[in-house]
Amino acid sequence: MSKQRITVAVSGLNNIDSPGPGIPVIRALKESERFEVRIIGLSYESLEPGLYMHDLVDKSYQVPMPSAGTTALLERLAYIHAKENIAVIIPNFDAELHNFIRLAPQLKTQFGIGMFLPTMEQFEARHKSVLFQFGEANGVKVPYHKMIYSANEVHQLENEFTYPLVIKGKYYDASIAATPEQAVSYFHKISAKWGLPIIVQEFVSGTEVNVTAIGDGQGNCVGAVPMRKLYITDKGKAWSGISLDDEELIKIANRVIGNSKWRGGCELEFIRSNDGIYYLLEMNPRFPAWVYLAKGCGQNHPEALVRLALGETVEPFTTYDTGKMFVRYSFDQIVSLSEFEQISTQGEL
Amino acid sequence: MQLNRNIAVSETGFIFNPSSGDSFSVNPVGQDVIRLLKEGKNREEITSALVEKYAIDAASVDKDMDDFLVMLRNYQLLTGHE
Repeated sequence: MSKQRITVAVSGLNNIDSPGPGIPVIRALKESERFEVRIIGLSYESLEPGLYMHDLVDKSYQVPMPSAGTTALLERLAYIHAKENIAVIIPNFDAELHNFIRLAPQLKTQFGIGMFLPTMEQFEARHKSVLFQFGEANGVKVPYHKMIYSANEVHQLENEFTYPLVIKGKYYDASIAATPEQAVSYFHKISAKWGLPIIVQEFVSGTEVNVTAIGDGQGNCVGAVPMRKLYITDKGKAWSGISLDDEELIKIANRVIGNSKWRGGCELEFIRSNDGIYYLLEMNPRFPAWVYLAKGCGQNHPEALVRLALGETVEPFTTYDTGKMFVRYSFDQIVSLSEFEQISTQGEL
Repeated sequence: MQLNRNIAVSETGFIFNPSSGDSFSVNPVGQDVIRLLKEGKNREEITSALVEKYAIDAASVDKDMDDFLVMLRNYQLLTGHE
């Protein structure tokens, strides 16, 4: 079967110690058996390592920061599309998804560019601050939590929580507080960085397990591969992980994707408590940086996403290899100053 | 008692539990115990097989078996009672 030639634009080229999913998504697409892919990198900064990976990224363009809004993004994408004839865009940053979701209908009708993203309602429904309700609506346990807006509220927590408990930022960061004093300290530290509210969450002791999955928006889970981190960086990112044979977890992933009619890629982060109960800790609205493991296990999720974005019907994967590991590594690329100059001054490379 | 479903054991004594992602290494005696468990042998049969193979008294094997089986249970490799 001859491969279909296609141009796909991908963001998240920050293949750093806390990596974005862009490069793993591109690797999976480059190894597709259906597509011969030309990759257009979309970058926000001149030192995103993917910009200089010319064996994976064929051409790159800087795009405006998400805070610049949809008009600036649309204008830039129109310019890039005029040169590259993009068929599909895969945005990989949480922060940019809002803009891409809003632009999706226009990109399709005006330029014929396909994307396969969650709806705005789905995107909003799995935010940390409303995750408990999301869990209730989709038949999955979520540790009890409440939002607080002042450090004084910490002292009233003992009516509802027992220590230790988890103090979380609304976007990022989490610390385990063993005492009210620690909770107050983390409240100030995290709110200074990420703002209010602060989320106080019941602490569940157990093993963290994650699932990379993809939904077709019709209630079908097209693919799901569970993984346990084997080695974690100081930022809590997986440096190594292994695929698991866990029917219960796959069942839960199918239920969440099915009930919510999730559209697109996602990562479900769970904790398996010591008595074997799964609690959903977070649902990320895009593929995780370890999504290439799914390809390694026989489920090419990025390829399936491209097919869905092109309007194809994709049959769900039924199997995957367990006991497959990934081990990350860092790699120094030698880059000429002229390349750095080109992307910095002209916004293209 | 039986080994959990899908536990993989290599010829070198490397054990992988695909549901937890944990892996372990066991020595040749441990390999024998695991192999006999996989074959569905009960505690008495395993003990007598080890007594015969390693020319050791049953009391010593019993004591070490206690420790080993507790360890297998703690690592969620073994289910059921003896």
